[in-house]
Amino acid sequence: MAIWLNKDTRLLVQGITGKEGTFHAIGCRDYGTQVVAGVTPGKGGETVEGIPVFDSVAEAREATGANASMIFVPPPFAADAIMEAAGAGIELVVCITEGIPVNDMIKAKAFLRDVPGGPTRLIGPNCPGIISPGQGKIGIMPGHIHRQGSIGVVSRSGTLTYEAVWQLTNLSLGQSTCVGIGGDPVNGTSFLDVLQQYAEDPETEGVIMIGEIGGSAEEEAAAWIKQNMKKPVVGFIAGRTAPPGRRMGHAGAIISGGKGTAEEKFAAMREAGMHVVESPAELGATMAKALGK
Amino acid sequence: MKIHEYQAKEILRRYGVATPKGRVTTDPDEAARICQEFGGRCVVKAQIHAGGRGKGGGVKLAKSPEEAREHASKILGMQLVTHQTGPEGQLVRKVLIEETADIAQELYVSITLDRAQGKPVIMASAAGGMDIEEVAESHPEKIFRLGVDPHLGILPFQARAVARGLGLKGATAAKAAKLITGLVNAYLATDSSLAEINPLLVTGGGDVMALDAKFNFDDNALFRHPDIVEMRDLDEENPMEVEASKFNLNYIKLDGNIACMVNGAGLAMATMDIIKLYGGEPANFLDVGGGASQEAVKNAFRLLVSDPNVRAVLINIFGGIARTDRIARGVVGALEELGGTQVPVVVRLEGTNVDEGRRILREAPFDFIVAEHMADAAEKVVAAAKGGA
Repeated sequence: MAIWLNKDTRLLVQGITGKEGTFHAIGCRDYGTQVVAGVTPGKGGETVEGIPVFDSVAEAREATGANASMIFVPPPFAADAIMEAAGAGIELVVCITEGIPVNDMIKAKAFLRDVPGGPTRLIGPNCPGIISPGQGKIGIMPGHIHRQGSIGVVSRSGTLTYEAVWQLTNLSLGQSTCVGIGGDPVNGTSFLDVLQQYAEDPETEGVIMIGEIGGSAEEEAAAWIKQNMKKPVVGFIAGRTAPPGRRMGHAGAIISGGKGTAEEKFAAMREAGMHVVESPAELGATMAKALGK
Repeated sequence: MKIHEYQAKEILRRYGVATPKGRVTTDPDEAARICQEFGGRCVVKAQIHAGGRGKGGGVKLAKSPEEAREHASKILGMQLVTHQTGPEGQLVRKVLIEETADIAQELYVSITLDRAQGKPVIMASAAGGMDIEEVAESHPEKIFRLGVDPHLGILPFQARAVARGLGLKGATAAKAAKLITGLVNAYLATDSSLAEINPLLVTGGGDVMALDAKFNFDDNALFRHPDIVEMRDLDEENPMEVEASKFNLNYIKLDGNIACMVNGAGLAMATMDIIKLYGGEPANFLDVGGGASQEAVKNAFRLLVSDPNVRAVLINIFGGIARTDRIARGVVGALEELGGTQVPVVVRLEGTNVDEGRRILREAPFDFIVAEHMADAAEKVVAAAKGGA
């Protein structure tokens, strides 16, 4: 088993006719995901590598039974693409696009809450996506570094997640599902949302959680773990050396008004009884130890 | 993106927020003339992108045009040091000359994103003029908070509630509600990430105005605000960071001596952290982008070694979709184009085709120190930086 994404997921790709969209649509299909449709307004009727393109998500869903979407639409139009997918009843929307204005995301989130037939699960934006090794992937992560297994990974970052996955794979610790929730301050899925799924997923035995400076999502997750989580959780926070007030690449990775520091987050994770690592080189080994492997 | 106080006040005036009369200048004689216009008394305020200017000696009251000239000539060209500038300070290139105000009370009001709620929040406090972070720390109960729905904007009853939260009454409360409405409208219309009035002034006559103002903008939304982009002052930004932005590199200058080049923001932060953990000091944050192309690596490398503090460079790349061997060729190609390097370079490549990638590095005509994993890389680069110092 895995969370949110499995063999039966039927994926459509919004922005499939762009360079990135095409490249990663094929990447997902090659990994084994059922990629059933693409959507680019004005290009309905075309095909991309054999994948039929539609003018709207609603038409694509009607024609192909798609229940998930991956978005590669440029930032000014990406929030609209998210809302279009939700409005068409897509259950899982993964938005890869980086650089969406915060106010656009606030609107999109409000729309997702209120949409009839909802709620839609939005992952991202500004994220690598989600992968259930051996079953399918929706995103830009390299599939082959993963291995099917029982560790859940949740992170705000892209390459740092690959780093953690690679450490696990090299220790023969496979993954149930890996979710990149994205580096933006306003996003669809929180650490907490993912952790709750891992807690209930019978196949997930342990979890790696990789946070970043900024905001308080890690603290909220830690508080929940303390009360509810029975499985071991390994935790790391990136950005201990980041200066206050500076945006460290990710729009969300910023310490403001003395809040959102790595120290606060590490403390919250320790307080929650998590297996905290100081060095990002020890994520995999610490997970192995926590599981007694 | 940040702007100056005088620019922030221009924006506020467009949204009906009262401010003292003022003009910006780079010339002490002009400062004296403006002061004369304002009746022979004025405040001379250094314009830099940092708070705490008053404590640093960058804000002075002038009781005559001559004094205005004196203050302006002292402040212009000074390296103003505040708690936000770092010890080297920031060069003052412009001063704002403002009419003096009749101060009865100093309050605080701002609006920013509340990430936990996923919407903007107004913060107001009767403890104005102070560092609001200090107030939040020591007297959180003195801060009034109110969430705003960005679609509805601020509603009249909410604006009145904030004014009451500031302890205001009667006609002054009504004026404050109007000012708060203007502030929120300005914040929403310009895609700000922070709009702050501190202090918000109440005059002896019961009027309200913005005595100081600060705006930060959401960089992701600048594409729809060309007028705001025009306000950008490159003089206020680190020249290396400005240079990096021309190449679409995400670079932040720090004080250490170990330069790092990494693909992805999270891994870049983690790399800085592990350098520190092994006893070194990172010289920068640099994300070359997920694919780490030869062009990006070349531009990044040139930028990194232009920092005179740098004693060693760590290149940490996780090759996923972009294979490690291709990245290794890019790194070698970049150094060939640059004609080699004077500082030791530790390279850690990981991911797809890693053995081939490492072979390319070892066989290259440069003395790369090839590292196997992140901890190994950190240890090696810290040693290299110490050895080269």
